Amino acid sequence: MSDRIEFILNGRPVVAAGISPAMTLLDWLRAEARLTGTKEGCAEGDCGACTVVLEQAAAPGRITCAPANACLVMMGQVHGQAVRTVEGLRGPGGAPHPVQQVLSEGDGTQCGYCTPGIVMSLYAFATGGEPADPALMHDALAGNLCRCTGYRPIVEAMTAMTAVAQQPVVPDGGPAYAHAVLGTSQATFEGGATRFDAPASLDALLALRRDFPGAWLLAGGTDLGLRVSHDRDVPDHVVHVVHVPELQVVSLERGRLRVGAAVTYARLLQYLDPALAPVSAMIRRLGSRQIRALGTLGGNVGNASPIGDTLPVLLALDAVIHLRSAARGQRIVGVDDFFLGYRRTALASDEIIEAIDMKIPDAGDVFHVDKVSKRRDQDISAVLGAYWLRIENGTVRTARLAFGGMAATPARARGAEAALVGQRWTAASVERAATALAGDFQPLDDWRGSAAYRLCVAGNLLRRLHLRTTQPHAVIEVDQL
Amino acid sequence: MTTADPDLAAGTAKGGVHRAQRHDSALKHATGEAVFIDDMPEPAGLLHAALVLSPVAHGRLRAVDLTAARAADGVVAALTAADVPGRNDIAPVRENEPLFADALVEHAGQPIAAIAATSLDAARAAAKKAVLDIEALPAVLTIDQAVARQSLLYPPVVMARGDADAALGSAPHRLSNSFRVGGQEHFYLEGQVALALPGEDGDLIIHSSTQHPTEVQHIVARVLGLDYNQVTVMVRRMGGAFGGKESNASWVAAAAALLARATGRPVKLRLPRAHDMVATGKRHGFLYRYTVGFDDDGRVLGLDATLAANGGHSVDLTPGVLARALTHVDNVYWVPHIRCTGLACKTNTVSNTAFRGFGGPQGVVVMEDAIGRIAHALGKTAEAVRAVNFYGEGKDDETPYGQKVEDNLIRRCVAQVARDSDWDQRRAGIDAFNRGSAVIKRGLGQFPLKFGISFNIPSMNQAGALVHVYSDGSVRLNHGGTEMGQGLFVKVAQVVAEVFQVDLDRIRVTATSTGEVPNTSPTAASTGSDLNGWAAFAAANTIRQRMAAFAAGHFDVPEDTIAFRDNHVHVTRPGDNRVMAFGELARLCHQDRVSLSATGFYKTPKIHWDAEKMNGRPFFYFSYGAAVAEVAIDTLTGEMRVLRVDLVQDCGRSLNPAVDRGQIEGAFAQGMGWLTCEELWWDPEGRLRTAGPSTYKIPGSRDMPPIFNVRILQDAPAREATIFRSKAIGEPPLMLATAVWTALKDAIASVVDHQVPVTLDAPATPERVLMTVQAVRQGRRTI
Repeated sequence: MSDRIEFILNGRPVVAAGISPAMTLLDWLRAEARLTGTKEGCAEGDCGACTVVLEQAAAPGRITCAPANACLVMMGQVHGQAVRTVEGLRGPGGAPHPVQQVLSEGDGTQCGYCTPGIVMSLYAFATGGEPADPALMHDALAGNLCRCTGYRPIVEAMTAMTAVAQQPVVPDGGPAYAHAVLGTSQATFEGGATRFDAPASLDALLALRRDFPGAWLLAGGTDLGLRVSHDRDVPDHVVHVVHVPELQVVSLERGRLRVGAAVTYARLLQYLDPALAPVSAMIRRLGSRQIRALGTLGGNVGNASPIGDTLPVLLALDAVIHLRSAARGQRIVGVDDFFLGYRRTALASDEIIEAIDMKIPDAGDVFHVDKVSKRRDQDISAVLGAYWLRIENGTVRTARLAFGGMAATPARARGAEAALVGQRWTAASVERAATALAGDFQPLDDWRGSAAYRLCVAGNLLRRLHLRTTQPHAVIEVDQL
Repeated sequence: MTTADPDLAAGTAKGGVHRAQRHDSALKHATGEAVFIDDMPEPAGLLHAALVLSPVAHGRLRAVDLTAARAADGVVAALTAADVPGRNDIAPVRENEPLFADALVEHAGQPIAAIAATSLDAARAAAKKAVLDIEALPAVLTIDQAVARQSLLYPPVVMARGDADAALGSAPHRLSNSFRVGGQEHFYLEGQVALALPGEDGDLIIHSSTQHPTEVQHIVARVLGLDYNQVTVMVRRMGGAFGGKESNASWVAAAAALLARATGRPVKLRLPRAHDMVATGKRHGFLYRYTVGFDDDGRVLGLDATLAANGGHSVDLTPGVLARALTHVDNVYWVPHIRCTGLACKTNTVSNTAFRGFGGPQGVVVMEDAIGRIAHALGKTAEAVRAVNFYGEGKDDETPYGQKVEDNLIRRCVAQVARDSDWDQRRAGIDAFNRGSAVIKRGLGQFPLKFGISFNIPSMNQAGALVHVYSDGSVRLNHGGTEMGQGLFVKVAQVVAEVFQVDLDRIRVTATSTGEVPNTSPTAASTGSDLNGWAAFAAANTIRQRMAAFAAGHFDVPEDTIAFRDNHVHVTRPGDNRVMAFGELARLCHQDRVSLSATGFYKTPKIHWDAEKMNGRPFFYFSYGAAVAEVAIDTLTGEMRVLRVDLVQDCGRSLNPAVDRGQIEGAFAQGMGWLTCEELWWDPEGRLRTAGPSTYKIPGSRDMPPIFNVRILQDAPAREATIFRSKAIGEPPLMLATAVWTALKDAIASVVDHQVPVTLDAPATPERVLMTVQAVRQGRRTI
């Protein structure tokens, strides 16, 4: 038990003491450290004004910089990490960092309130060595909103930045130091009304889960963290699972991909081979780089949001969820049986999600994921469709069609599947499947779309899927233009 | 006002007018050192405030029980309407708009009480403990309901000329349509915030993120029962405003001031985003119905239009917004007989307010819709119909409200944008693409703009400035305008640098303060640099004249041989090359007891307005522009992309082309957001459910057109005597995004080979685009 959270801030070791471990990093930076360059714009991880960089030791002597929303990070999560803020970009003698120079000289700031967050995203991009490809630059900016400039000068500054390879600011201590000295050994913090556990082994995690079934299981915090940052809830107890090595394992064998529950989206993207390219494309539209640096597949599955983007994909890929408890060991539940209702799952009160295991479609299979939202980037789906069909000699042998945004849980379209299986893969049978969706779902009217729109789009996505397979060269999506 | 026309000044110092200059805070923005109010060092004893908001759209407020809130940890004060020592009224133009609901709750999100506590978390936790007893009443939530029930904030306003009924009756063709546009959240990145510091004798200093420090001063004084001279309001910078910090900053400051007064301690009120979005006003959504009469050439003969604006629960700035909407229905078109009726609908939603364009964007879409309809009805192109309706030069040049269009640049802008965008060729190319593409359809749209510059309340068109030259030659500039990111400070500093012919870095612009320049107008209506530029010019010129007189005496030469140039004062008599550094001259002036401080004042000439008759000359001049947009839509999902935009914008002789380009691009993005992805969505109980960026989607970087050609109209100095012949830039380009809406309609029409006219409500979200695609498909079947 400790009230000392130790981490590296702008290259120097710091101790945050006498605070709640559930305090957000943003609040701590602004109120306690008085580093006010990092701004609060929304406290819900969407505007990016609070973007900081998490430094990670990629290899000896090399660090990588991942942008993250300080508003969604609890101080307990920061222990043993290395954080850099806009104040930490100054060079020797206090000279502005080239990113700061280029952005300000290129008229990339107007009101300046989003700017520090944009600077940090640009810094992460520039140090990542990616080319100045517009698609990548928009990826890197998707988590930062600017209401003044219209973005052109910001994108131009990014382009200019990449012309000169940028090295990360060399930290005095650095992430390697953070790792070596502070480590990720088991830690427990207490402060305010909150206890925060960061177990470092599966056994320790299972024991905590058994003993404290009411504690929040935190696996990234990009959704759960909103309860702290946005709703200002004060959790009694948080169990942070990401330091458990078993939950970080990714394995690929015999046509299956097994992903540890605490693997971030950013890391997962490295394992998604061409057979899962539609999943990669979807994940690149899930949140932003800031969100993907922290958010995990296990967190998404555990939250069971009706609009969780990964869930229909797991349904389509016939995934199984590996659960584990101290009392009963491992239990495997098919994804079809996992989502029970609105934010309700089959997870028992003493269990944790250990891994998600999905099938990988064969090369000849039809597998695709569509996301429809008001804005292309960093938006939550109105409808998300994921489809896996095996078509042999023109006849549909198996079909798994799953949708998000259509019901209280992500769900398969059983009627539509039935309308296809055993039928020829033709426009007419697709039409019957699209029509059957009305029997599968009674979607809600809300701000993301009316029930009528959702039903219509879901049907059209099946029609588009047919076009995709039958007219592979036709332009059928605006993104192809 | 000075009568000198400074357009002829030829500058050589670094950073005078007409040059691209970086925003004065750019580097500080990028390093995080620019101080916003929430970043200021917190004074000892500071209390943090939180608001209690109504969960109900309409109801009788029977009781507010703050017992538990007061007892909560850290709470120092909890106040309601009953605790207001002055008047519980924050109305900016009329009266009886309460700071805190009293007896009646009129919208979900309306402030009812305020809590001050020793920490922000304590204040917000305590606010949740307030117990409200509200008897719900039936609520009017939409414009349609308000129109049906004639629920209006004030009687209808009519702008008319000629005999619209007769013109419609005798016109060879006539058509009617109805459509609507949504409101818009400002989504300034820095939310509303005020820091109130109590001083001696009940005085207060308020740091407010406001476009209108004087109104904050007045409303704080009104609520607390103070004289204006007891309240000083300061603002160094805002993290965006866009109209949202014109009237709405005042009540936030008043709530902070009330708590400061009650506790005797400094109080900071910073609204969390979710409160900011439900408790502060937005752009007015509009519902339109119109009938237009026209001849075989598409020439408009008469127009009868009703514009119903969602004013929300109180008047706020709706009269100005509605008046501007009505005076922009004509846009660039001569309409001989016209009647436009404006309805200020009273609904149980947040009171809508100023937003960049201030009704102009909602006005100009009317004729644009009509043009599209007429073109369809006659089988002509919209471009052809527009061209026969443009205001004439020397004839057919009077607006419906009686102001002549004397500086007409419409045809120039349209011709240039058609050329720049390669219109004819791309039109053909897009039509060909659409014939071969079943799912994806492209559309091309054009939009010309005329926008009136000035507040259409003549008294508001005034400004003051205060300039000091110190004895080292450094200059301190203060004026009534506020910096919200738009680059006003650097532009006005350029004016002063030009007057003194000193380098821009010699000019220091200081925080706007009611204590330095009093009785100011808001920084709004695009007038910031027009008004404050002239006021600063006047102040600087007064000092310059004194310095010139001194220099003439010092050198013993006639005053007209003294020239300011290149950070020096020169004697320009033949054979006399004496020269003195500006700083040395300042030092000598001080030695000789010459005053180096002056105020400057400006009032816009020529303007007058009869708000009853809706007639006069409300605008000093017009700003012009034109845009062409290309879009693509997915007819299966309604998703769309803006592929290319070309625009030309009139800036007169731009004071600062870099800043102006930034305003053009940013405004266009904001207009695009308003017309496409930004949707305010209320649930059936009248609660706004898009109250954060996770649900309310402003454009992101990828939404900007990959090809975006922005051009400032060249060789177009303002016809009127504006400051260095520049023109306002803040608002006009927002409306150029109307071209995107026009292009979307074109893309949708292509689904049925342009056989059916398209009505597209805004925002054109994927849902609206898809539903409109389906409607036109069905329309074709029924025709």
